[in-house]
Amino acid sequence: MTTATAPTRLLEVEHLTMRFGGLVAIDDVSFSANDKEITAIIGPNGAGKTTVFNCLTGFYKPTVGRLTLHHPKGDFLLEQMEGFRIPQKASVARTFQNIRLFPQMTVLENLVVAQHNVLMSASAFSLAGLLGLRRYKDAERESIELARYWLDKVGLLDRADIDAGNLPYGDQRRLEIARAMCTEPVLLCLDEPAAGLNPKESAELNELLLFIRDSHKIGLLLIEHDMSVVMKISDHVIVLDYGCKIADGSPEAVRDDPNVIRAYLGEDEDEELPPEVLADLKIDTPKPQNMPGSE
Amino acid sequence: MSEAQQSIRTETFNIPAALKDAFLTAFVMGALALPLAGFRIGEQGGAFFAEQRMDWVLIAVVAGFIGRFFLSLARVSLAPRIAPPAGAFFGGIGSWLHTNMVLMSGLAIIAAVILPFLPFTDRLILDRAIYMLIYVMLGWGLNIVVGLAGLLDLGYVAFYAVGAYSYALLSTHFELSFWICLPLAGLFAAGFGVILGFPVLRLRGDYLAIVTLGFGEIIRVILLNWYTVTNGPDGISGIARPSLFGLMEFTRNPKEGVVAFHEFFNIPFSGEHRMVFLYFLILALALITNFFTLRMRKLPVGRAWEALREDEIACRSLGINPTNVKLSAFAIGAMFAGFAGSFFATRQGFVSPESFTFIESAIILAIVVLGGMGSQIGVVIASFVLVLGPEFIRELQEYRMLAFGGLMVLIMMWRPRGLLAYRDPTIRLWPVKSKGARK
Amino acid sequence: MEYFIQQLINGLTLGAIYGLIAIGYTMVYGIIGMINFAHGEIYMIGAFVSFIAFLVLGAVGITYIPLALLVVLLLAMVFSAIYGWSVERIAYRPLRGAPRLSPLISAIGMSIFLQNYVQILQGARVKAMQPLISGGFTLMEHDGFTVTISYLQIFIIVLTIVLMAVFATVIGKTALGRAQRACEQDRVMASLVGVNVDRTISLTFVMGASLAAVAGLMVTIYYGVIDFYIGFLAGIKAFTAAVLGGIGSMPGAMLGGLLIGLVEAFWSAYFSIEYKDVAVFSILVLVLIFRPTGILGKPEVDKV
Repeated sequence: MTTATAPTRLLEVEHLTMRFGGLVAIDDVSFSANDKEITAIIGPNGAGKTTVFNCLTGFYKPTVGRLTLHHPKGDFLLEQMEGFRIPQKASVARTFQNIRLFPQMTVLENLVVAQHNVLMSASAFSLAGLLGLRRYKDAERESIELARYWLDKVGLLDRADIDAGNLPYGDQRRLEIARAMCTEPVLLCLDEPAAGLNPKESAELNELLLFIRDSHKIGLLLIEHDMSVVMKISDHVIVLDYGCKIADGSPEAVRDDPNVIRAYLGEDEDEELPPEVLADLKIDTPKPQNMPGSE
Repeated sequence: MSEAQQSIRTETFNIPAALKDAFLTAFVMGALALPLAGFRIGEQGGAFFAEQRMDWVLIAVVAGFIGRFFLSLARVSLAPRIAPPAGAFFGGIGSWLHTNMVLMSGLAIIAAVILPFLPFTDRLILDRAIYMLIYVMLGWGLNIVVGLAGLLDLGYVAFYAVGAYSYALLSTHFELSFWICLPLAGLFAAGFGVILGFPVLRLRGDYLAIVTLGFGEIIRVILLNWYTVTNGPDGISGIARPSLFGLMEFTRNPKEGVVAFHEFFNIPFSGEHRMVFLYFLILALALITNFFTLRMRKLPVGRAWEALREDEIACRSLGINPTNVKLSAFAIGAMFAGFAGSFFATRQGFVSPESFTFIESAIILAIVVLGGMGSQIGVVIASFVLVLGPEFIRELQEYRMLAFGGLMVLIMMWRPRGLLAYRDPTIRLWPVKSKGARK
Repeated sequence: MEYFIQQLINGLTLGAIYGLIAIGYTMVYGIIGMINFAHGEIYMIGAFVSFIAFLVLGAVGITYIPLALLVVLLLAMVFSAIYGWSVERIAYRPLRGAPRLSPLISAIGMSIFLQNYVQILQGARVKAMQPLISGGFTLMEHDGFTVTISYLQIFIIVLTIVLMAVFATVIGKTALGRAQRACEQDRVMASLVGVNVDRTISLTFVMGASLAAVAGLMVTIYYGVIDFYIGFLAGIKAFTAAVLGGIGSMPGAMLGGLLIGLVEAFWSAYFSIEYKDVAVFSILVLVLIFRPTGILGKPEVDKV
């Protein structure tokens, strides 16, 4: 498994531009992400990272640009698809910076809802389900098995029946990843998955992401502030600053890139601090409110 | 929410602050009461004059002062001890009702089935029971929309009206029987739901609320003014009564070729036969609504309804089409209102726009909110209290809507998911008993 | 032609009234992102307070009309503002951060409560008032059809313009206006930089309520007929006006109000008076389908 064949392109972003009124959030950014690799997008706050994600997953319509996903079933032009069809047809799943679970539903239900489209066609738009046909029951059993598999992977198996909103913060992060994986994506986009995690949880997260890459053979796209995560697990790093791409390459190459150092440190500032230190010093985004008992 | 109240308060009672609060409240109460309670517009011989009623203002001021002072006192000394237990009490009732669901619903259904045959049951009791069951059914229907899917529908009565008028028109113009009209009425109502919901359900939730509010009123305006079809405020009368599946009729002198119920069973004619039949009809319709909802909850659509209520953006990221899912909830809710409407028409034998005012929508919403959104048993209990209560205590009638409005505000403050709200997971990985598995 | 101009004048007068109510919807929506369902009832309360104030002033012998109007205007604004403030304090503030549906339900509960509160205190019967100001200018005369603009209509339109100017200044130039705009943008951030968010929201309700009260006063003197139920339909129409103009935009609310007033006047004049409410409601649905941001509104971007 370690012998890497030539990587295949999974996602190609060409000339992506996003304007909000007069503000240019992303300015002509092009990059690509490979299958079976972890691609990290880093950059200072406000660099446009989440906006890239929102364009990719259909929450925003890009002003200009082509977003091509090379799916086994064929190519999809993501910029032309309606938001909910991107996960449904093009199999792109995502998580959110401020976790978005279904807090009043149980952990298991969260994972079953993620398999909505599969179950929906199995239930013949509820008809087979209402009649209690075998076909739907089998599909439901399979969906529970898939959920059980991911619950095991994220270590939440014994908490399957409690409300998702009652989980501790770190568990909610992992549950959100499990939920995204239950849609069986070819590309998983993670928006700051390590935010607010302690070092131990962060290390577990690294393992989980590497496991997803190696065992499920999908591409991962990652926005991250935590340099320890980025440097350790990424195969490929893209750096954004003020909506422009300033570097693109292997983690080591990017770390030593003078443009990147300048973006993080600013021109006139003390040049001794390496970028990762500065990134760690950066105050992180505040915790989302829907978290009872975070930390 | 109860979690917030359970946090231990460390503040001590601060008398000057409480007095200051109380004075302020008294002042505001006085200002609120002065123009509207302090004067009453009287009328004599066509001329209006203002009648002074300052004692009412005084009462409001004193009540505001005392109420606020004791509220401050209670918040510090009593609330930590009383509010969480009280919250837990209602939550407990909710969860108790649900854990003993099979037993409770079994008992309730048995009680409902034998009610018409009990010795003390007379026409009045049956009539009241039918009246209440209509609201139970409407409550269950609206619960799909508001409780499960989290869509605030303020014009639910419009779909009820569509159902009632569909049946009335189909039956009087085409002489179709109740059993053909019933599904048609449901379909029409669902169709209206789709037409109305489609443009609005893509938008934010409060737009839906105000559009449904407007729609409810518009349907009434159309019913009032479209004389050629609806006969305006006079309504439509002479609507066919239901027959026993077209086999028998509940009339003294049935049409030719049809047997009368009393003749067939060779018993003396009694108006109560039809009453009992209507009672079982609405009971069956209501129970169908209930079982349908319970079943839907455990299907992908039902889960998607609840997921959508929780977080629409997350739903979109999972490939769920929010518009379709909302539309299905909205249309199914409308369909049950349509069924209830055609039952209403056949029971009364007469429909007029008067029966479909905003107040009806408000009552149904109050039933759902008070009963606990998403809670099926809560709806029954709330219908019993809210619909039958004022029926038996006539003096309450006038204050009924005032109390409903006030209760809706208070319950939202205290238990935002409804008084008896309790949510049962739709699917479990572990058996319920093994609580050890939950750490 | 004369008929048309007459309807234009009537429509503008009506539109001014709707516009004043619509501003309350738009301001509240701008700042807390919610429809204040009880706003129509505040307008109804404004009408009742005005009615009672006129009766009381008449009883104590203040009959000089300009003075009476001024006093009633102030009383209606102040008392309705207190109602608006209380509504926010009771039905909205405790629910900040609660699930999305809760404030909507508590607001509709508040609306039902206020409607019935006024019905119980003042009775369900329609209250009618003698016309306070009569007469007007004749603008045109042709084929026996005269176009008139009454003093009352002039009063309503002028007062609306004056109030608009005052409120535009308040929002554009004062610290309160800045605080309001800051809260609209980002409530958490505003509170971090020292804006008293609770107070700003309260004042928004107070401002909206006092404008609705002016609309209530206008209806009382213009039509002379009020009852406890007038807030319901006027509320829906004014909300339609706010959506049409672009919710969140003050000039939009006024523009929407004028358009709704004109539509209603012309529809009643040329088509059927019974269906004027249906026409307005259809506009609401059409705007929501084709241009949910309204005429002057800014597109809403989902915060993900």
